[in-house]
Amino acid sequence: MITVERLSKTYRVADKQPGLAGTLRHFLRRRQRDVSAVRDVSFAIAPGEMVGFLGANGAGKTTTLKMLCGLIYPSSGQVLVAGHQPQRRHPDFLRRITLVMGQKQQLIWDLPPMDSLRVNAAVYGIPDRVASRRIAELSDLLELGEELTRPVRKLSLGQRMKAELLAALLHEPELLFLDEPTLGLDVNAQLRVRQFLAEYNRRTGATVLLTSHYMADITALCPRVLLIHQGQLFHDGPLDRLTSRLAPERHVRLELEEPAPAEAFSGLGRLDSLENCEVNLRVDPASLTRVLAQILERFEVRDLEVNDPPIDQLIGELFRQGSL
Amino acid sequence: MRIFGLNRRIVRALLGSQYAHMLEYRAEIALWALSGVLPFIMLSLWSGSDARSQLGLDGVALDRYFLSAFLVRQFSVVWMVYAFEEDALLGRLSPYLLQPLHPLWRYVASHLGEQLTRLPFAAGIAGVFFLIQPQAFWIPSLGGFLLAWLATWMAFAIAFLLQSLIASLCFWSEKATALERLLFLPFLFFSGLLAPLTAFPPAVQDWVRWTPFPYLIDFPARVLSGDPVNLAAGFGAQLAWVVLLLPLVLLLWRAGVRRYSAMGA
Repeated sequence: MITVERLSKTYRVADKQPGLAGTLRHFLRRRQRDVSAVRDVSFAIAPGEMVGFLGANGAGKTTTLKMLCGLIYPSSGQVLVAGHQPQRRHPDFLRRITLVMGQKQQLIWDLPPMDSLRVNAAVYGIPDRVASRRIAELSDLLELGEELTRPVRKLSLGQRMKAELLAALLHEPELLFLDEPTLGLDVNAQLRVRQFLAEYNRRTGATVLLTSHYMADITALCPRVLLIHQGQLFHDGPLDRLTSRLAPERHVRLELEEPAPAEAFSGLGRLDSLENCEVNLRVDPASLTRVLAQILERFEVRDLEVNDPPIDQLIGELFRQGSL
Repeated sequence: MRIFGLNRRIVRALLGSQYAHMLEYRAEIALWALSGVLPFIMLSLWSGSDARSQLGLDGVALDRYFLSAFLVRQFSVVWMVYAFEEDALLGRLSPYLLQPLHPLWRYVASHLGEQLTRLPFAAGIAGVFFLIQPQAFWIPSLGGFLLAWLATWMAFAIAFLLQSLIASLCFWSEKATALERLLFLPFLFFSGLLAPLTAFPPAVQDWVRWTPFPYLIDFPARVLSGDPVNLAAGFGAQLAWVVLLLPLVLLLWRAGVRRYSAMGA
């Protein structure tokens, strides 16, 4: 469904130093430099896949998404989406895709969503009867009712996002590009949008590419994750493989019956903390079974937990460090 | 059949939604209609001036000309640059670009919706004018009215294309409204809004006839008020300007969208 080969995007931006001298210099002799937003990114997505697109702000994920839906021309590389070059925005291509941006809206602000839906139905050439049936189905799934006949400006953020989704999916696109669709929604609304997307994918077999800052969106919906970092693709594969790549150790938490000295844990991994009876260790997954057996042999254990570090914490750390 | 992505059903849906949208702003539109009374102010100035004889229009004809100028202006006013600049800057253009319909049609529909909303206010103001100046009252013949209606539509088309040309520069300058002001000055003087074109010296008239401005107000207003006017030359010039501007707008738009896309949409 999507094939991306060595895709790159470079922007030219003007640099301006602060102060009067900087302003005058900027006015008389503008200095520009090239900023590489996306560099040599390659991947392929099969029909029906739900793929999460992760990355910090400015990592290049929205730029990539916009290149895939045809809003941005690539600087170099090849993109083929549903058999089309997206930047040509061929009507057949446009009928097969949709883009939902959490921060942007397509609904007419002062009118009820139903008016915008009628326009969309006409623009996409959906017969009235089919459009009514789809609106009924989608509004049922999204739990939208009288909100469809209330002006958009009077709707809550969650209701508005659901109406935006309805408008974006009315033409039953095969490909959904979702850029932060749960941004700013409360926990319940996020959950409902997530459930809806999963159900929509199950019913229609649509391909979904989703960016989100909420890891819960990604973990709930996307078996496969693309992690883009400083414009480059850092990871393409299942989420748990990303976890083991970012954190090659397991966290072992112990609660002992009696306190033990630090030396007692030598050869059992890296000792993170030791406070009375509570011990935190980091252990290489390859030796985990052996280490656990030794722990149970050496100590009286009241409680034992083995965890992967939370993925959002790992990615957050990665973004904060700014390098891999 | 679709023309630039448009068919009858889309026209109906777009006009219906845009009319409903504009009705939400009816109070504002009423004020805009009221603020368009410049031709009446000019009428009172010219009526009290000795220079009136140079206009080639007697008392009643002058009244009718300025009322017609007011009506033509009401139904050919274009604010494309302002709406487009806002949409481009706020990123509202992106979803429009991803639909199988040329985004310019949405702006055409907004304008037509607004014109329909203006209709009762403009008619009310014309009614008040006739109450004050009953001697100026006239009902144009059906043929005359239809020709004036067509000339006003052509004027709207030219104004819309001119502003679309400037709006497309938004893709480069981001502040196309500043450029629009450059257009406004010659429009104000040479369109016939402040004075009929005959008020200018013959050399200026000859020169101005090569610009689109007299075909925006002066020509349609003369057709509506029943002044003797060369219809073939007027409509021919209007059509020529539409034919000239349309491909220019489409070319500049395409280049602009390419640049917009290159800059990050």
